[in-house]
Amino acid sequence: MKILVNGAWRETSATELSPVLEELGYGDSVVTTAVNGEFVAVGVRPRTRLAEGDRVEVLAPMQGG
Amino acid sequence: MLQLYATPLRSRLLLGTARYPSPAVLTEAVRASRAEVVTVALRRESSGERAGQGFWSIIRELGVRVLPNTAGCHSVKEAVTTAHMAREVFGTPWIKLEVIGEDDTLQPDVFGLTEAARVLCAEGFEVFPYTTEDLVVAERLLAAGCRVLMPWGAPIGSGRGLNNLFGLRALRAHFPDVPLIIDAGIGVPSHAAHALELGFDAVLINTAVAQARDPAQMAAAFAQAVEAGWAARLAGPIEPRDLAAPSTPVIGTAFRG
Repeated sequence: MKILVNGAWRETSATELSPVLEELGYGDSVVTTAVNGEFVAVGVRPRTRLAEGDRVEVLAPMQGG
Repeated sequence: MLQLYATPLRSRLLLGTARYPSPAVLTEAVRASRAEVVTVALRRESSGERAGQGFWSIIRELGVRVLPNTAGCHSVKEAVTTAHMAREVFGTPWIKLEVIGEDDTLQPDVFGLTEAARVLCAEGFEVFPYTTEDLVVAERLLAAGCRVLMPWGAPIGSGRGLNNLFGLRALRAHFPDVPLIIDAGIGVPSHAAHALELGFDAVLINTAVAQARDPAQMAAAFAQAVEAGWAARLAGPIEPRDLAAPSTPVIGTAFRG
């Protein structure tokens, strides 16, 4: 299915958020996630099912003022 | 000693981590500033570049406390979600709450800010709201549960210093026991010293250090200014007056009478 990851369309074969992140190369990264604007805690990722067209945000620490 | 949400801090200078020419210069500047708190943010991570991973390891090596922000959020919903995400990644209840209302001045949307502060304080966050010098807004933020306020000196990155001295003095006088941190708009160390002399508890600096020709040297200059300003505050500055007052005693002046 196709989902929107950080604003770009990506094709994925997995359906839950955790394996999707693995598939996209975020496996061992320190990241935090949201799906369709809602925060998804790390412990909830394995049972968070994604659907076609879902908007996934994958954020990491960055410089800030 | 400065206390922010029961955390004692020796330094009254908080430093932003954005806009430095390189990670090495950022590291030098943080060390030179002697800041114990640095602000950080969350941004989209590319699985290829992994820029955030490198940045995060630099910050952890510095051994400083982090104050995550919600920069770039324009709504209560965005700010609250970003705060949740920041708490997970950074492992701190501290959040520098920004809800931007106007893009040219980056002026806070104080209505959204107070609402987001209410939600986050109720959830146990320790909120540092980026606000204006408005007394009524400050009152609402305190009622929402904020125990620290971060009024702007001038628009973010403008370097204009303390734009509304009258308003800032009034805010300080109105809330004598609330830690007040001047956030945004400070351009040079004398602005920071002035803020501390007026009784503000601390300053948060980013652009003025990061964009200086020599950020580490400027960070050290700000550290000295903040210490001098606070020492002057404790020493009790004189009040300005309109007429001259001779500093040398007049009694016994020669050639008179």
